Amino acid sequence: MFNSLKIKSFFIEIGELTFFAHRFLKEVFSRPFEFKELLRQCYYIGNKSLFLVGITGFIIGLVMTLQTRPTLEEFGAESWMPSMVSISIIREIGPVIIALTFAGRIASGIGAELGSMRVTEQIDAMEVSGTNPFKYLVVTRVLASTLMLPILVLIGDAIALYGSYIIENIKGDVSFLLYFNKVFDALQFGDIIPAIIKTYFFGFAIGIVGCFKGYFCQKGTVGVGLAANSAVVFSSMLLFIIDFIAVFITDIFFEI
Amino acid sequence: MKLEQNIVTESRDLSNKNLMLEIKDLRKSFGDNHVLNGFNLRLYEGENLVIMGKSGSGKSVMIKCLVGLMQPDSGSVFVMGEDITKLRQLALDELRTEIGFLFQGSALYDSMTVRENLEFPLRRHKHKFGDISDTTKIVTDALKSVGLVHAIDLMPSELSGGMKRRVALARTLILKPKIILYDEPTSGLDPITSKEIIELMRNIQKEYKTSALIITHDVDCARVVAERMILLVDGINYAEGSFNQLLQSKDEKVRAFFK
Ligand SMILES: Nc1ncnc2c1ncn2[C@@H]1O[C@H](COP(=O)(O)OP(=O)(O)O)[C@@H](O)[C@H]1O
Ligand SMILES: [Mg+2]
Repeated sequence: MFNSLKIKSFFIEIGELTFFAHRFLKEVFSRPFEFKELLRQCYYIGNKSLFLVGITGFIIGLVMTLQTRPTLEEFGAESWMPSMVSISIIREIGPVIIALTFAGRIASGIGAELGSMRVTEQIDAMEVSGTNPFKYLVVTRVLASTLMLPILVLIGDAIALYGSYIIENIKGDVSFLLYFNKVFDALQFGDIIPAIIKTYFFGFAIGIVGCFKGYFCQKGTVGVGLAANSAVVFSSMLLFIIDFIAVFITDIFFEI
Repeated sequence: MKLEQNIVTESRDLSNKNLMLEIKDLRKSFGDNHVLNGFNLRLYEGENLVIMGKSGSGKSVMIKCLVGLMQPDSGSVFVMGEDITKLRQLALDELRTEIGFLFQGSALYDSMTVRENLEFPLRRHKHKFGDISDTTKIVTDALKSVGLVHAIDLMPSELSGGMKRRVALARTLILKPKIILYDEPTSGLDPITSKEIIELMRNIQKEYKTSALIITHDVDCARVVAERMILLVDGINYAEGSFNQLLQSKDEKVRAFFK
């Protein structure tokens, strides 16, 4: 009983989110455009998560290499290290982990910001003063997170590979040139392009869920907290669903 | 029958004035919560009309229907002769420049300075001033009328409750509206600050020659500013008249307001 109710409300939520995304697609291509605010949001969103993404990427690189090394050593296959680590980071671990930290930072931030603007009637105030709040607040934030996440993932991936190189250099005396030669030998377009494409969808999902939760925030301070919280939970869940679909499609087009 | 006569005599008194706002048979429900059940209202040019009602009686809902922030379930809303429930977005935005809306909690944009707050309504409506590029004079003029020119570069978080209300008032004045809607202008303020805000509202009406619709549950505020009053009870305009007329009413529900 409890479960079926939960599942039902989940699908209702998906439906409402689809409406919201549809409205976004309608308004994103119509005048007037809020370029200045879009640039401000890009800078703000990118800048706000850059440090976190850098740290996360670096640690992923270190940990992955440290964890995998003993196993490979057992088979005398340390020389496979760079290609193995780079493929798993570029294809899966980098995009997903970095998108998750991005969701924690950005979806909750957007949810709380728009939520408190809704509760204190700032969104209504915008509407009566002739600025479309959906364009000014939602379209700019969703576009900014869609555009920024792929860049952040690229930066994060690069830092992760560098972290991995540091471990290899300490433990196995591998030079910088040798390490990255092996990395670029191993990587193919089929690894990089689908991974980048899916981060656009991740960024879109995070932005749209954060805005959706904030824009339709319940009254009161409790509502704002709830909006921020459920924005993170919902967008993280959506990330995994999108990831599964993306991997499934990639498998069809690139492997066979 | 009695009510009919009332309305007729009243409109004869004001017949030489233009009708600024008119609400006819406004209904709005949220699920089973029937908030407005046929509310009527007329606001004439240059008039101060006070709407009183208990907290949660639907005053904010009514005023939001007036500017198109909410869609009524039925009924019509005329602003300076145009039915706003039937207007398209552009025409609606244009009409909204004639209406200033002071929100219940001031609703200042808290990520922007006072100056940016005041410039915000100008973004899409500069043509009202002949497309000038420097808005400083317009902003300082509006701040002057509320006595807060020195606060121009502060953030809303640095302002007291009364100052926030003044800045919000300056922001509604910036497009020189013909009608101002005040949603509980004195709520959440101490008595002395409330008096200052009320005084300011009277000055603004003289200076800008506006018509005002003032929503309140504050009897002192109503006593000072009301030229005419409507009591909103059970989702309808339960009683109308001047402050003194209503004060002398024998009706139980009307008397409850003045206890
Ligand atoms: N967006 C909304 N959704 C559901 N109910 C609402 C909404 N806005 C207002 N209400 C309900 O309408 C009633 C009147 O609210 P409101 O107009 O804010 O009262 P007030 O007269 O104090 O301004 C309240 O019972 C409130 O719960
Ligand atoms: Mg209210």
